[in-house]
Amino acid sequence: MKYVDEFRQPEKAEALFKAIDNLAAPLSDKLARAVHIMEFCGGHTHAIFRFGLEQRLSKSVELIHGPGCPVCVLPMGRVDDCVALAERPEVIFTTFGDAMRVPGSQKSLLQAKADGADIRMVYSPLDALNLAKKNPDREVIFFALGFETTMPSTALTVLQAAEGNISNFSLFCNHITTVPILESLLDSPTFNIDGFVVPGHVSMVVGEKPFATIAERYKKPMVITGFEPLDILQSLHMLLVQLQSGKPCLENQYARVVQKAGNIPGLMAMQKVFELREKFDWRGLGEIDKSGVKITEEYAAFDAERKFAVPNLKVDDPHECQCGEVLKGEIKPWQCKVFGAPCTPQNPLGALMVSSEGACAAYYSFGNTKELLDKRQEARPTK
Amino acid sequence: MKDLIEEYLVGQFAGKSFAPLEDQARIDLSEIIKHDNMQGGKLAFTTDSYVIFPLFFPGGDIGRLAVAGTVNDLSVGGAKPLYLSCSLIIEEGFALDDLRKIVASMHETAREAGVAIVTGDTKVVEKGAADKLFINTAGIGLIPFGVEISAGAAKVGDYIIINGTIGDHGASIVASRQDLALETSMQSDCRPLNHLIQSMLVASSEIHCLRDATRGGVATVLNEFAEASRVGIRLYENALPIQDETRGICEILGLDPLYLANEGKIVAVVAAESAGAILDAMKQQGFDQAAIIGEVIAAESPQVTMKTIFGGEKMIDLLTGDQLPRIC
Amino acid sequence: MCLGIPGQIVEIIDAEKKLGKADVSGVKRVINLACIVDEDNPIQSTIGQWVLIHVGFAMSKIDEQEASRTLQLLNELGEAQREILEMELKQQ
Repeated sequence: MKYVDEFRQPEKAEALFKAIDNLAAPLSDKLARAVHIMEFCGGHTHAIFRFGLEQRLSKSVELIHGPGCPVCVLPMGRVDDCVALAERPEVIFTTFGDAMRVPGSQKSLLQAKADGADIRMVYSPLDALNLAKKNPDREVIFFALGFETTMPSTALTVLQAAEGNISNFSLFCNHITTVPILESLLDSPTFNIDGFVVPGHVSMVVGEKPFATIAERYKKPMVITGFEPLDILQSLHMLLVQLQSGKPCLENQYARVVQKAGNIPGLMAMQKVFELREKFDWRGLGEIDKSGVKITEEYAAFDAERKFAVPNLKVDDPHECQCGEVLKGEIKPWQCKVFGAPCTPQNPLGALMVSSEGACAAYYSFGNTKELLDKRQEARPTK
Repeated sequence: MKDLIEEYLVGQFAGKSFAPLEDQARIDLSEIIKHDNMQGGKLAFTTDSYVIFPLFFPGGDIGRLAVAGTVNDLSVGGAKPLYLSCSLIIEEGFALDDLRKIVASMHETAREAGVAIVTGDTKVVEKGAADKLFINTAGIGLIPFGVEISAGAAKVGDYIIINGTIGDHGASIVASRQDLALETSMQSDCRPLNHLIQSMLVASSEIHCLRDATRGGVATVLNEFAEASRVGIRLYENALPIQDETRGICEILGLDPLYLANEGKIVAVVAAESAGAILDAMKQQGFDQAAIIGEVIAAESPQVTMKTIFGGEKMIDLLTGDQLPRIC
Repeated sequence: MCLGIPGQIVEIIDAEKKLGKADVSGVKRVINLACIVDEDNPIQSTIGQWVLIHVGFAMSKIDEQEASRTLQLLNELGEAQREILEMELKQQ
């Protein structure tokens, strides 16, 4: 597969692994701890585990898995809202596959579907719009989830709906933005990340500027990164070179896809259809200012939250859940009290175990659980 | 009802005389025992119901699946499959044309496998009581004396062999879903595998485990072997045979081909010395992408792992629930 | 929400609705081209173009030259590593 296989060549990776170790070892000695690199985006987390990259890195580099997983940070209350909408008899509720298994306070969307709600998986928001055109007597709601990567497609779909005067289509908007959560992490005094693998597809949409500003303000190395294993390894190398030189800045490793200005048609559509919310609730992380978007007044007819009543309740995580600490990189998944027992992919307590890119699910499948449970015993953080 | 049976079922399947006018098929024991080499063989007996949707998919249909599936379930136990029953539960209003096609497909698949469908039943239920068509097939076969294949028989040092590319059936089903709007020439690999397995048994007496990798894919079968045999199994990612289009579908939808169903692929665990002969037997039968994909290793507790193309090792666990396409 | 896959646009389906057909490893799908067409890049010019596809939309053109440059950098790093290794071996 072109533009995929070239960036998955294992022979080229060997040189990178060595180069990374050579750079990281002296840096680690100086820090008296491993160099901490955070990959923010769930897609990167997934790639790291899929290709088993973390194991090949020496102890001088530690990868911290950040909260850039829109499924993982979806609050239970919002899942309950989805279920409430889906259970309305006139509604066809459409969603990406990722969200189907996230537990709400009573049930997940998958369970609601088994109970009879008309919930359908779609690959694209345009498919949801087509459903609305084909079923004029039903209300089609699309669960709009994701960071800026997915916002243009949702916005363009709304614009198409408006152009076509489709009155039975609306969005339940849960889009969230990248920069506020990054800043919130960087503002925290206990946050000790040395560099960032920056989400390549978010940058594809928003361009380099938002992340360049952060690199400048916080003096942190940041590299916009592609999603193939060689992309990620090259990015780690670039971050370490920056750390070595003491000149942090933003670099673009994914230049074959990411342009400096981002995607202009996409950004224009987003500007028409979305505006920032004052605050938005992130599971395990609390409310973060200006971190979510809602639909503008002009397109209010396509806002499911205005069209329908939803419970809109804030539901706390089970008290045993330590999802928030894992999301912030404060503890490793196996250090969570309930990791592996009782929280498993078969019986998830929190979203990090449900989503295929959640750090906990990734660790659960990457390592022998008993071993990780044993590690938990040794490495339990002191409170 | 009688017309239905006579026109579609008996008309298609009464190749031989198995007392078609009685309530049961009658088979001379000698017809079964003649397939045993010495005394002491076993009768293999299996049943399965097919409730799939869609009924027609690229490369097959529910009828072909119902015959091939049961033939294969017998064959992976080392049995020569001999006789099948076939039972249809039909929702009222089901298109007779489709029924005709499906039954013809069953007939053709049985002929391909060299088995006889000797008895059957049809029931029509009212609309809503069944989802279009359900098929049950049961089958009997003869496991010759000396053939001992079992999920618990894997030994450390054995090789894992598959007769071709992984995930094709599952990928073709997903791709044929109207709502995903994918255009592909992907076909299911659905077929009877008894002739292949017979030639493997001739090639080697050291086939320890054998199963067709249907629901849950190769990953699920390997987990079953590891669990039953109390061993570890290590796969090698760079050894897995996969078609370009299957790969394309998986990359687009974020699916893992190791968990996608196969209906024409068997996973065999064989003694290392026999691997060459087994591979030859597979290739002679036309399976030119047959490959060794892993090995059995010692492990403290049963597990399946895979060495990735980057040299890392990851667990290949049993999935909870079906794989769902993802965009993240 | 980052799963994007490179594909090649092989056909224009509906110029007004900005729909094209993309090929990913032999699998084809209709995708929306609104994010990659404008006055300077009319829809017909996209045929043959490789794009990054995400949830049914072409989100970006893939720049062949940049791709080559990235791979070139990877190769150079590999060369440099081999030289370092050779030197280390010589010193032993």
